[in-house]
Amino acid sequence: MALVEFKAKGLYCPPGNFYIDPWQPVSKAIITHAHSDHARPGHGHYLCHPDTLPLLQLRLGPLNAQSLPWQETIQINGVKISLHPAGHIIGSSQVKLEYQGETWVFSGDYKTEDDGISGRFEPLPCHVFISESTFGLPIYNWKSQPEIFAEIQQWISNSQAAGKTPILIGYSLGKAQRLLSCVSGITNNIYVHGAIWNVQETLRAAGHHFPAIKKVEPGLPASVYKDAVILAPPSADGSAWMKKFAPYSVGICSGWMQVRGNQRRRNADAGFALSDHADWNGLLQAVKATGAQKVFVTHGFQSVFSRWLQENGIDAAEVKTAYGGEEEEQEKPSTSPEQEEEINKPSPS
Amino acid sequence: MKAFAELVSELSGSTKTNEKLAALAQYFSCAPAEDKVWMIALFSGRRPKRIISSANLKQWCLDITGLPSWLFDECYHTVGDLAETIALLLPSPPRVNLDEQGLSYYINTLAGLEKAGETEKKNFITGSWMEMDRDEKFVFNKLLTGNFRIGVSQKMMVNALAQTVKLEPSVIAHRIAGKWDPAITSFHELLSEEGTAGDISKPYPFYLAYALDEEIEKLGPEEEWQAEWKWDGIRGQLVKREKELFAWSRGEELMTDKFPEYHVLKELIPDGSVLDGEILPYEWSINARENEPNAPLPFSILQTRIGRKQVNKKHLLEAPVAFFAYDLLEHRGLDIRETPLTERRILLEELVQSVDHPVLLLSPQIEFSSWQQLAAIREGSRDRGAEGLMLKRKSSAYQVGRKTGDWWKWKIDPLVIDAVMIYAQKGHGRRSNLYTDYTFAVKDGDRLVSFAKAYSGLTDQEFGQVDAFVKKNSLEKFGPVRTVKPELVFEIAFEGIAASNRHKSGVALRFPRINRWRKDKKPGEINTLEDLKKMLERYGK
Repeated sequence: MALVEFKAKGLYCPPGNFYIDPWQPVSKAIITHAHSDHARPGHGHYLCHPDTLPLLQLRLGPLNAQSLPWQETIQINGVKISLHPAGHIIGSSQVKLEYQGETWVFSGDYKTEDDGISGRFEPLPCHVFISESTFGLPIYNWKSQPEIFAEIQQWISNSQAAGKTPILIGYSLGKAQRLLSCVSGITNNIYVHGAIWNVQETLRAAGHHFPAIKKVEPGLPASVYKDAVILAPPSADGSAWMKKFAPYSVGICSGWMQVRGNQRRRNADAGFALSDHADWNGLLQAVKATGAQKVFVTHGFQSVFSRWLQENGIDAAEVKTAYGGEEEEQEKPSTSPEQEEEINKPSPS
Repeated sequence: MKAFAELVSELSGSTKTNEKLAALAQYFSCAPAEDKVWMIALFSGRRPKRIISSANLKQWCLDITGLPSWLFDECYHTVGDLAETIALLLPSPPRVNLDEQGLSYYINTLAGLEKAGETEKKNFITGSWMEMDRDEKFVFNKLLTGNFRIGVSQKMMVNALAQTVKLEPSVIAHRIAGKWDPAITSFHELLSEEGTAGDISKPYPFYLAYALDEEIEKLGPEEEWQAEWKWDGIRGQLVKREKELFAWSRGEELMTDKFPEYHVLKELIPDGSVLDGEILPYEWSINARENEPNAPLPFSILQTRIGRKQVNKKHLLEAPVAFFAYDLLEHRGLDIRETPLTERRILLEELVQSVDHPVLLLSPQIEFSSWQQLAAIREGSRDRGAEGLMLKRKSSAYQVGRKTGDWWKWKIDPLVIDAVMIYAQKGHGRRSNLYTDYTFAVKDGDRLVSFAKAYSGLTDQEFGQVDAFVKKNSLEKFGPVRTVKPELVFEIAFEGIAASNRHKSGVALRFPRINRWRKDKKPGEINTLEDLKKMLERYGK
């Protein structure tokens, strides 16, 4: 029997009578991670990883929620549920459902490389695997994290040598934390945008350890930023907020930077293909490791990825979700101005 | 190749002119002379001869990667550039430190393989791929596939070169103009005065005008200005030296063989003359001498023959050309570009009169006594087969490149029609992975008839919005093309219209582009095929 059906409100588990990452309000929701296209407001009850919970509260305010550590199980209406690391961002989890001898896994968003922050992606044997496909084309083949970090560090030094303040652009939740560990390898003079600051404060309060950072404040004189590295979310790129750092150089960190055209379109001085999603080979490996006979492919290049799987002997089908557009989501647009404002709200203490 | 690949990366990564100039100057100061020559050639549109087809390159990439053809195509449509697609798909193992080969090594080796068998070509190309990192593969593939459009104008390259060799940019522009073979020209020869003097075909860099963007009255007193029609043809130069005639296009392509009509001028134009003018489709007869030329034929007529390698009798009969002379740049072997326009014009008139052949016409000056009167004359441009007017300061020199101040084009407003978008395709370059190439339709009763494609005219933000619409509202997929719910209405602007039996609508437009997004209009309110046909009747004959 189907443990997950694709309904108008989201991914639904009929025997358990709950949803996973629903995009419309439901009574019971399991949330894979705290990005806004997966964690939406208005549900009656939330279930997520303990590291995700404070981030949900930062985003959505007070919640009726329960947390479940990785590998532990609970039962809802006879369906055994467990969460497992997805390696995407802090707290991001795959959801494993077991019922009457069937095992289904929803990947949420994931990456297979261990970034040292988000937990190591755990391959889960299952009958049916529901996989994202954000970067489901073989042109997306990431360099290793140490390689890209070295490039970013080199770019920071070059920019500073040229008298420019380096500004790294990355999503406040996920990319910013990785960039922090990259940048702190060469300097401790790091200033961050308010949106990133709020996420960091929330993570710090929850007991995570990160390098010390300073917040960009309206009152500070421009001179304090002179030798600093700035971290900012995409919504700040090109805004008046950046003026105080002039002269500056902008480096965008996103898997989409793999293709030159995207880099030019974003008007970036530099682009680094640093992604929190699996690349082509990562997707293939992940699917293979599950041993699944049936794969549903969600947001991304789902038609391409499912065709490839079919041609390679795996029964695969495309699924429409609200996680992405019809064919590709531009990487985690969780940073539309409204949403950044949302993150900018003082965290509920 | 590393240095050149880095240069290309820096140039395409940078958005600031100063940084690009610095990167170019840096390359000019460090690169070996033979690499510099090739770099000048590439950045001035002289590409090496293609020795291998795109299909071959794709196949070899598939052989190495084991990917199926359809998946390669999907990647290509997303990346929008063949050279980059291949560079991204091929494995990039950590680079072993091999002997560094320069740009010219690869170009010369490729040239040497022109006549070689496919296996030999394949061995060299796939072998080179294996030794290169991703950026190097990209520029190498660019060499194999053709153009190097990466946001660097020839002007910028010339300015950077001027900084390094301490010559005026205008002098450099002249020296690198025209016909020279980067494979056998040394850096010194290319930039030396003797090199230039030795080449009898060498044209002058074209002087180009910007569009007038302010009130015409701001140009000052009328009597300081000369007005001419702005013709819609191919801007060109006729060079006559040492009993030889050369016809150059503005793209610095030698087109002498494409226009046999001009060959008679070899006997008639005196040696040491260079004329600037417009290559225009025009019906002339050997016996007719008009005081004022008739209207030229529509540009679409010329298009039927410019793409052909061989021009045959039928072309000459159905698409005859004349040369409408604007200016004289060299007179009796002397460069007279600094002489004021009025004096050059007198010499030009004398020359055209003495040649006295109907294939060489003087582009007429327009008599006017007030800006107001000239504005009224401009309204009649389309009926004369012109795109508007050219305004030139009578005292102006013939400058190099696009400059403001002395010459202005004053075009008439384009023709416009409201249409609905019905197909979309992903773009190239900086629009990779975005739906930015659209096909538009007008109404014909209950049907929609496609009549034009357009790729430009929206802001990045608008393209983003249309892209999102396409992704949500695509109906069917035909390869890279999506059919889209006919809902978005745009005003399409174009410069001319001609009958065509290659298009469903029966018309072909000149320079169609999106004028604005008509968010205020519904698909039911767009123009009809009948409206297009009326325009064809009025302007296309």
